[in-house]
Amino acid sequence: MTMPGTSRKSAAWQSVSRHVILLLAAFGMLYPLIWMAASSFKPDNMIFTQPSLIPSVWDFSNYASGWHALRVDFTTFYKNSFLISALAVIGNLMACSLTAYAFARLNFRFRRFWFAMMMGTLMLPYHVTLVPQYILFLNLGWVNTYLPLIVPRFLAVDAFFIFLMVQFFRGIPREIDEAAIMDGCGPWRIYWRIMLPLSTPVLATAAIFSFIWTYDDFLAPLIYLNDMRQYTVPLALRAFIDSSGGESLYGEMFAMSTLSLLPVFLVFLAFQRLIIRGVALGALKR
Amino acid sequence: MATTATGEIGAGGRPVAAASNLSARMARSWRRNGAGYLFLTPWLIGFFGLTLGPTLASLYLSFTDYDLLTPPRWAGLKNYEYAFFQDERLRHALWVTFQYVIWAVPLKLAVALALAMALDRSVRGVGLYRAAFYLPSLLGASVAIALLWRLIFGADGLVNHLLFVILGIKGPGWVTHPDYALWTLIALAVWQFGSPMIIFLAGLRQIPQDLYEAASMDGAGPPRQFFRITLPLLAPVIFFNLVFQTIEAFKAFTQAFIVSGGKGGPVDSTLFYSLYLYIEAFENFRMGYASALAWLLLVIIGVFTAIAFLTSRYWVYYEDEGR
Repeated sequence: MTMPGTSRKSAAWQSVSRHVILLLAAFGMLYPLIWMAASSFKPDNMIFTQPSLIPSVWDFSNYASGWHALRVDFTTFYKNSFLISALAVIGNLMACSLTAYAFARLNFRFRRFWFAMMMGTLMLPYHVTLVPQYILFLNLGWVNTYLPLIVPRFLAVDAFFIFLMVQFFRGIPREIDEAAIMDGCGPWRIYWRIMLPLSTPVLATAAIFSFIWTYDDFLAPLIYLNDMRQYTVPLALRAFIDSSGGESLYGEMFAMSTLSLLPVFLVFLAFQRLIIRGVALGALKR
Repeated sequence: MATTATGEIGAGGRPVAAASNLSARMARSWRRNGAGYLFLTPWLIGFFGLTLGPTLASLYLSFTDYDLLTPPRWAGLKNYEYAFFQDERLRHALWVTFQYVIWAVPLKLAVALALAMALDRSVRGVGLYRAAFYLPSLLGASVAIALLWRLIFGADGLVNHLLFVILGIKGPGWVTHPDYALWTLIALAVWQFGSPMIIFLAGLRQIPQDLYEAASMDGAGPPRQFFRITLPLLAPVIFFNLVFQTIEAFKAFTQAFIVSGGKGGPVDSTLFYSLYLYIEAFENFRMGYASALAWLLLVIIGVFTAIAFLTSRYWVYYEDEGR
């Protein structure tokens, strides 16, 4: 048994050393990101020779030249990315909440069966549907359009969001629906006027993650978009490696990469709580 | 609402004519099922048109030769025979993918658990640390981070610069060296330990503190507490993270694509399964073979998941067991 005094002292020590370790770990984790952001302000010849995190000169020219470094400029890429992401978010929210409402609240024949099917699609790796979906969209003449990236969202293919919403809807007290039914509300009005307004947390979580995943998505745009004027931001960044060949455009690449992370970073700052809670629910992947 | 009202009165036992009884029953059946199926319509279209249909089509295509230009030709088991017995590149891709899964997943979970435990006991500033540790996971899926990785581990990248300045060592081009390229991708995966860490944190909060107090009263030190309390009570969460991260690791694509410049190189050392499938389908236009590869992956993931679930009986204890 130790004296209370010494144990308090050792507890203080423990706390200090814990903080030192955590701070070092956090710094190590964020170092690559900070280094990239700092490098985007440095002239090319100083990026690797000067590993300091604060540039000695703040040089914005990488941003200006990076923006126009490819045949098409980044204004177009950002417009494309934001358009696709916005439509994907709308599609996911509408289609997934309709489906989730049916599973959570409505009674119909084979509901359990369909629900099991829906959960089954959660486990299906995307590889299995990749080739036939491509063939389908090719035959519909949708390759080189945004339709393959958007239409599936309006058909609730992201079962994960359905699952999340079903869980949430089930938590809303049934008395509320019953009172609404007594007042003569049909399912549509209950869904639109009661469920959706009560579900803003789960809708926001789904919106945030479908924005981030669509904005970052690389494989689907890679397969379906061939014309540079249609490229999304990730495709444009990838074109950077191809066009710069020997990778001499480090500064420009860093500038555009840093900029491309900004939307997701801002979403994180604004909705940190929702994102962390979403992950902690034990179901989100990233 | 008028129809439902009459329907309910009809059902209330008042004598009604057979015809109106039937229409009332139809109205009721519509009221019971119609609304549900109406709400379900978008999903049903998506399920049949974009999931079930393509899944079956993929199974069919896996038995054919198909290059998109000429109609699919039935090839029997040829694709599978080629995959099992002849395709050296596939064998290599599997080996690369297994190595990635076997190293990246346990390392990621170990780091995640260690930091979750360091963050657990009401450390001041938990929110900030948690945000700092989680941020790489959120950004990590992007092409920008993969590009960054390429430059950090390049021949004259940041890592080699630091090695030279600090230790005076001239490091190799990590991403261009076949012995090390895969390790840069493993490092990238481990760097993104944020989401399992958050899930572990949530799990740790569920463990009653008085268990630890009782254990230390009985003289159990931290290691014993860890193995006797933390690990067993956290087993369901560890199990979830393990299964989930393993599946994700098998599906990894973007990072390998960008870091290797889309080729899986150098010398196929980063040829992930998904990347190989992509190359076969969309560069070599062997759609039939790519479909067979997709089904093989489905089986592999299924087997891994099944093993995890079957063995979980021996190491995962749920608290509400023995109901």
